[in-house]
Amino acid sequence: MSVDSVFVHKMWNDHELSKMVKGGVPFPMLSDGGGKVGSIFGVYLEDAGVEARGRFIIDPDGIIQGFEVLTPPVGRNVMESIRQIQAFQHVRKTKGAEATPSGWKPGKATLKPGPDLVGRVWEVWKTKMAFDD
Amino acid sequence: MAEEIKAGCARPTGGPVGEKPAAKKETPEPSIIKEVKSMVTVGKKAPDFTAPAYHKGKFVNVQLSEFLGKWVILCFYPGDFTFV
Repeated sequence: MSVDSVFVHKMWNDHELSKMVKGGVPFPMLSDGGGKVGSIFGVYLEDAGVEARGRFIIDPDGIIQGFEVLTPPVGRNVMESIRQIQAFQHVRKTKGAEATPSGWKPGKATLKPGPDLVGRVWEVWKTKMAFDD
Repeated sequence: MAEEIKAGCARPTGGPVGEKPAAKKETPEPSIIKEVKSMVTVGKKAPDFTAPAYHKGKFVNVQLSEFLGKWVILCFYPGDFTFV
């Protein structure tokens, strides 16, 4: 979503993005003239008249589980967004019985919060687990 | 799902749907108008909205609440043809 019109979205997709992604952009390119939607999400930059690089993860119940907002010059990390969704999906699947510690990705150990784990995380989780192998 | 919209000369726009943000309280001194900037909160419902969109060769109207039951990534960016 940006403040550009759907016509500019079409031109950008047809003339540039479709040369990077086969078949063009697979998801809807939303138009937010005036930044009305961006304003309610807190990402509309009034002085510049554009929207910051805001990324919101919204779960199947419509609840915002996470967001990240960057100023325009720095791009996002798609793999990190996917990792976060995988983590939220895992937590949701276990109905909150499991939590995903720092650096978690599918296949890595999760934590089971409860009275027995208090003060004993150091036994089951090591700082090196926060980093990729 | 999303209804198709006709491309005309008017620029189609969308906006927030449903509950309006709480009305501004009147202050005794109207000369001082405080602007309240809002930011959404994690763990709270995403505000619903509609927006015109370009999707696979068509102009359509998209409403966030159509995607209930699915995981959604909503991305904002500064503008088409910018570089990052």
